[in-house]
Amino acid sequence: MPYLPDNQRIVITGVGLTAPGAANLAEFRANLLAGVSGIATIDLRYMGVHPAGICRFAETRYRKKRENSRGTRAGCIGVYCANEALADAGIDFSTYDRAATGVYIGLTEHGTVETENEVYNIGQYGYDVNYWTHHHNPRTVLNNPAGEITMNLGITGPHYSIGAACAAGNAALIQGMQMLRLGEVELALCGGVSECVGSFGIFASFRAQGALAEHEEPTRASRPFDRDRNGIVISEGGCVFTLERLDRALARGAAIYGELTGYAMNSDARDFVLPYGPRQQQCMEAALARAGLQPADITIVNTHATGTRQGDVEECTALRATFAGCANTWINNTKSSIGHAMGAAGVLELAGNLPSFTDNRVHPTINLDNLDPECALPGLVANTPKQLDRVDAILNNSFGMLGINSVVIVERFVAD
Amino acid sequence: MSRDEIKDVLLEIIADIDEEADFASLDADAPLRDQLDLDSMDFLDIVMELRKRYKLQIPEDEYPQLATLTSCVNYLEPKLQNV
Repeated sequence: MPYLPDNQRIVITGVGLTAPGAANLAEFRANLLAGVSGIATIDLRYMGVHPAGICRFAETRYRKKRENSRGTRAGCIGVYCANEALADAGIDFSTYDRAATGVYIGLTEHGTVETENEVYNIGQYGYDVNYWTHHHNPRTVLNNPAGEITMNLGITGPHYSIGAACAAGNAALIQGMQMLRLGEVELALCGGVSECVGSFGIFASFRAQGALAEHEEPTRASRPFDRDRNGIVISEGGCVFTLERLDRALARGAAIYGELTGYAMNSDARDFVLPYGPRQQQCMEAALARAGLQPADITIVNTHATGTRQGDVEECTALRATFAGCANTWINNTKSSIGHAMGAAGVLELAGNLPSFTDNRVHPTINLDNLDPECALPGLVANTPKQLDRVDAILNNSFGMLGINSVVIVERFVAD
Repeated sequence: MSRDEIKDVLLEIIADIDEEADFASLDADAPLRDQLDLDSMDFLDIVMELRKRYKLQIPEDEYPQLATLTSCVNYLEPKLQNV
């Protein structure tokens, strides 16, 4: 990495998450290494039964049931993840001022679930809008999940959402990193949340697009790179990281998961839904350049691939070009285990790979029974974990609709 | 509905909003919001629930009549006499 003073180096010191099948990083990592899928089914209004990723976590550990009822599912997930991240980092606000703490939460969308529920509700009363809830606006303002976190924790610094389709988790991480470097905040809580399994419209729209996964066994429905993949498994989830400047983290003796050294975002400028490999390649190359790394320096590439026919091929084409000849670069996919957690996807998938810096293992892409020749990348870790001597750098891809691309690079932290 | 039945309905609605609400020492003639952990949004939840259950449209300028448990019962008794 190009030289930076310690007050410009940004490190991850805490992880709080909930994913399908896991309510903390240790459970999540164990599932990923064991190839255990967290996907089950949901029986959704108007849609019937479909594969989906549902999170089970201690919803009332950090706030009361009545606050969960008043707020949103995204807020509930966010509050849980933020508290878990702070606890994991050992931060109790004696070190950091709440007024100098920023909360940046990535969202693919927000308010869809609440609006659908309310339209359904007034439908029970002849569509009389006098029955429309007064909670609608505070639940659906776009800062809602981040705002619920600040109310719960008494954080008086800035909070807002980063709307970036399915690149939102990475985008929030980048925002937190930039705000720390600018000196706008001393501590950043950043990540992403998704409550989209509550929305029939999101399922219906993917189905109308021919991109909703179906499989008689839900645990096998999410199958990126497989010849028989047939779309996306929609999941809810959340992940929040504590980001600190290295000097402050070292001063308080924090445990460091890794150092954020590279990032990039760009736009396809082409299509509403179809991804574009060449721009993804440019995004990866820009992130590598910012980190001062060569492609061969990357040990793990965590792919965005969602299990759609064209999306997976576009990314594989970009990866093949970017990492040609990189014999020690290994490629995996986390969505095969947890589905697509939308705004939480980028950060959850990064979190699931961070323990590689300590266990030196690459979690596998599961459900890869018949590899699509167009996705046959050298280094693809399929179905069983890969043990390495050492993991030095993780490159995390996250792309989204309207042609938004994001790449984050995290390196093993090495003290000077 | 009798006055006691109306009171029970109100307490049930409040308990649905806040399962930790403590009614043991509730003074029926003192403002509810001074005694229970209720804010303006919770108060609107009570109004909405009455609307849903009994199709009651309570005008905003009459909200002050819902300040105490006793004033609530006084206000609602004639409106719910045929329920």
